[in-house]
Amino acid sequence: MTSNTPVETPKARDDAANWAVPAGRLRVGEVPPGAVNLNVAGRRLVGPVQGFGQLWQKTYRVRLDGIAITPPDVIREWKANYGVFWPKGNHFYAPQGGIRPGVVVLINGESLGGVEVSTGIEVIYADDESFTFMNAEGHPAAGIVTFSAARDEHGVSAQVQVLIRADDPFYDVMLPIYGHRFEDQMWTKTLVALAAHFGAQGDVTVERVCVDRRRNWSQAKNIWRNAAIRSGFYMFGAPIRWVRRHTARAKG
Amino acid sequence: MTTATTTTTADRIDERTIVIRVRGDVTAASEQPLMAAYSQAGEKTRTIVLDFSGLDYMNSGGIGLLVTLLVRANRQKQKLLACGLNEHYKQIFELTRLDEAIGIHDTEAAAVAAAKA
Repeated sequence: MTSNTPVETPKARDDAANWAVPAGRLRVGEVPPGAVNLNVAGRRLVGPVQGFGQLWQKTYRVRLDGIAITPPDVIREWKANYGVFWPKGNHFYAPQGGIRPGVVVLINGESLGGVEVSTGIEVIYADDESFTFMNAEGHPAAGIVTFSAARDEHGVSAQVQVLIRADDPFYDVMLPIYGHRFEDQMWTKTLVALAAHFGAQGDVTVERVCVDRRRNWSQAKNIWRNAAIRSGFYMFGAPIRWVRRHTARAKG
Repeated sequence: MTTATTTTTADRIDERTIVIRVRGDVTAASEQPLMAAYSQAGEKTRTIVLDFSGLDYMNSGGIGLLVTLLVRANRQKQKLLACGLNEHYKQIFELTRLDEAIGIHDTEAAAVAAAKA
């Protein structure tokens, strides 16, 4: 019972430096001006195993044919300008050292109802041709997102591949109403912006595969750390915090 | 991109347990050989032991592939165990929290014993 199949894979034998070291709980360094650090410090990472909803693999790809670039060129520019390629209204607070293994990044993103969701990711893997994020507890999606570039006989292409479950029942209900559309727009616009950066027309292809239709009911408890709900409470509590600050100042 | 080889060998230990020996690289491109070996498991198999003692390299695409394999195994009510991981790859299982779903054992003997327990 043997299967021996040669396959095309990127080669990197000594890959220890490409991976983050597990730290248990996330630690956030200096919080950049304007960033809200609500649901990241002290949280753990969540992969597809820890999520609640159906498991989806979605692949977004754009071709960069006819441009004199290599996959490492694409990844270098992508890492350097990652937040710039995001759609307006979403903020990726990349640290000064850039995207490298072990870095924790704060994200403040738009969501339904005008609530700015504060969450984050950790860069768990990065090499010359790809990098991978894993999401923090409370993020709408439990899973991993891999950004890569590759060359084939036609030229170079850039790709975003997500392997995710909705993190809790709230996000799971929101996924068909809003989440899938939001995610599709997010990565399509990102790839269009990346392609435009290299002077290419961005025709993005999308493949969606539901890998597991079942829900992990044992993970329904994840709702207690839901970043959107917590960010909503934080936002609506702003007037109370303002009054408290001014009362304390008046007393002091 | 250079050509690498993913080699898998499926050895049946008993009616309920098989060991899939993985050699070479585990990346997203390893789906065919890994799933071909998994297809040897059959309905009566309750435990699949992945022996990684011949693993050279695994990237995040390989982690995604293991998640897919885990889903397929769970659907068949099968348990997935791993053995032969070096310290580096044990850390990667811990980082990605795959170790919470795939039991890790130092040796194949330990994994097979756990399967029978």
